[in-house]
Amino acid sequence: MGTAELKIILEFSAGAELLFGNIKRRQLALDGTKKWNIANLLKWMHANILTERPELFLQGDTVRPGILVLINDTDWELLGELDYELQPNDNVLFISTLHGG
Amino acid sequence: MIDSEALENERTKLKREIAELRAALNRKEQCLRDLETTISEATGDEDDVHPDTNGGVCHTQLSNDDIARYSRQLILPDFGVQGQLRLKNSSVLIVGMGGLGCPAAQYLAAAGCGKLGLIDYDEVERSNFHRQILHSEARCGMSKAESARIALLELNQHCEIRCHTRLLNSRNAMHIIRTYDVVLDCSDNVATRYLLNDACVMLRKPLVSGSALKTDGQLTVYCYGNGPCYRCIYPVPPPPEAVTNCGDGGVLGAVTGTIGAMQALEAIKVIVGLGDVLAGRLLIFDGSSCLFRNIRIRSKRPNCHVCSAQPLITELIDYELFCGMHATDKDNPLQLLASEERLDVEEYRNKVQQQPHLLIDVRQPAEFEICQLPDAVNVPLAEVLDDSYLKRFSKQLEDTQLPIILLCRRGNDSQIAVQHVRNRFPKHSIRDIIGGLHAWTHKVDPSFPIY
Repeated sequence: MGTAELKIILEFSAGAELLFGNIKRRQLALDGTKKWNIANLLKWMHANILTERPELFLQGDTVRPGILVLINDTDWELLGELDYELQPNDNVLFISTLHGG
Repeated sequence: MIDSEALENERTKLKREIAELRAALNRKEQCLRDLETTISEATGDEDDVHPDTNGGVCHTQLSNDDIARYSRQLILPDFGVQGQLRLKNSSVLIVGMGGLGCPAAQYLAAAGCGKLGLIDYDEVERSNFHRQILHSEARCGMSKAESARIALLELNQHCEIRCHTRLLNSRNAMHIIRTYDVVLDCSDNVATRYLLNDACVMLRKPLVSGSALKTDGQLTVYCYGNGPCYRCIYPVPPPPEAVTNCGDGGVLGAVTGTIGAMQALEAIKVIVGLGDVLAGRLLIFDGSSCLFRNIRIRSKRPNCHVCSAQPLITELIDYELFCGMHATDKDNPLQLLASEERLDVEEYRNKVQQQPHLLIDVRQPAEFEICQLPDAVNVPLAEVLDDSYLKRFSKQLEDTQLPIILLCRRGNDSQIAVQHVRNRFPKHSIRDIIGGLHAWTHKVDPSFPIY
């Protein structure tokens, strides 16, 4: 591993983007010299890009109920949730659940 | 001078009476249809009809009218006569006759679904028409279920339609759902979604769940095959402040139409046994960039409270309590402030409006553009909460004698704004207007628009 950057894509859908400056897709270059799991990523997001009411995104160390987390289009619950270790070019998608009709 | 208020009252009264008469006519027509069905069964008019195990009837042949009407789907190789007969013998319950329920019901009735149940406690109003496409201006004030029935029977008189005009709750849900094969969740609130899920798990009914807001939509099928239920995916309800309804967030009709039409498609696939049903997957529709995304969601949760082998929930609970939210999308007035921190509209008009004051309207710019009070300045709630408004009003805010009045559409967000602003300016008089602009229309100026 000679690269010093871990490049991943963050996406937000169904209103979750409103908490992150209304940007639906971001390319991140994280510090590649250390290991990143979803728990660290959430802390990084809180410190760097979460612009509106954090309680609408986070609850304790994890996302609040009603937000789904998908890693490469697969539910994070199938992949180890907070412990999933991010790989280069991973796509992490946060979806707010909708209830209207 | 003509008493315009009396005329207006007379008009409202007449409209209501006409709506009631239409509903009564509708019920009579349904009675007649039921009676004719009973007569034709008793006299054995239809030799393709056999009693089924539920005491209903089971069609084993298509009529010539069926063949002509459904010819374009009958010739589909995977659908065919057997598919059409399954639809004809099926019953689907649609919960919510709004933006999702209208198109879903329309496609199911058109496709030849034998029996539709329609649930909605609410009445038709003007703000429904842009997306709830079965209702009409003439049926304003009528029950949504009754209104939808009229439109659906015009489309297909062979469809048997049953209306349930009460709010679905823990006491009536099992009884109503039991008689249907498939349930469509076209509701607009979290409590009803948990209620429908639990009842469908207990009764083993596939639940086709759709939702929409703004330009986004979501769709999946719960309780089908080995797929998960709603609680497997969402074991804990979201915090109420994180839930936005269509009345507050807005929604485009073509978006609910897209999701509603797909709910009908999934119901038809479940009934006919066609294709791959959207279970264990979630369809996400982003209408603003026209992106459909199909994601794999978890399978059944082994310790799910309702659908696992050892469920903790074995009968329906109080879902409004469980969610901390009402089972409707109607206004839930907040009560965050003491009465001395609030102002009613008359007091604002009679006293405050005549004096120097700072009136801050905290709605979104798109809402402010629709209508606004004279002298109001627009500072969206988010800009109040992140203090970016301070710079703009630094001069005025130096004067502790200048009353600050906060205003919004219905008097909820304005209370949140007062709580925030008074912490920073404890010496100022900071109040909000009770009931917001809706109260202004109702009590001060009836010509002020309502949305």
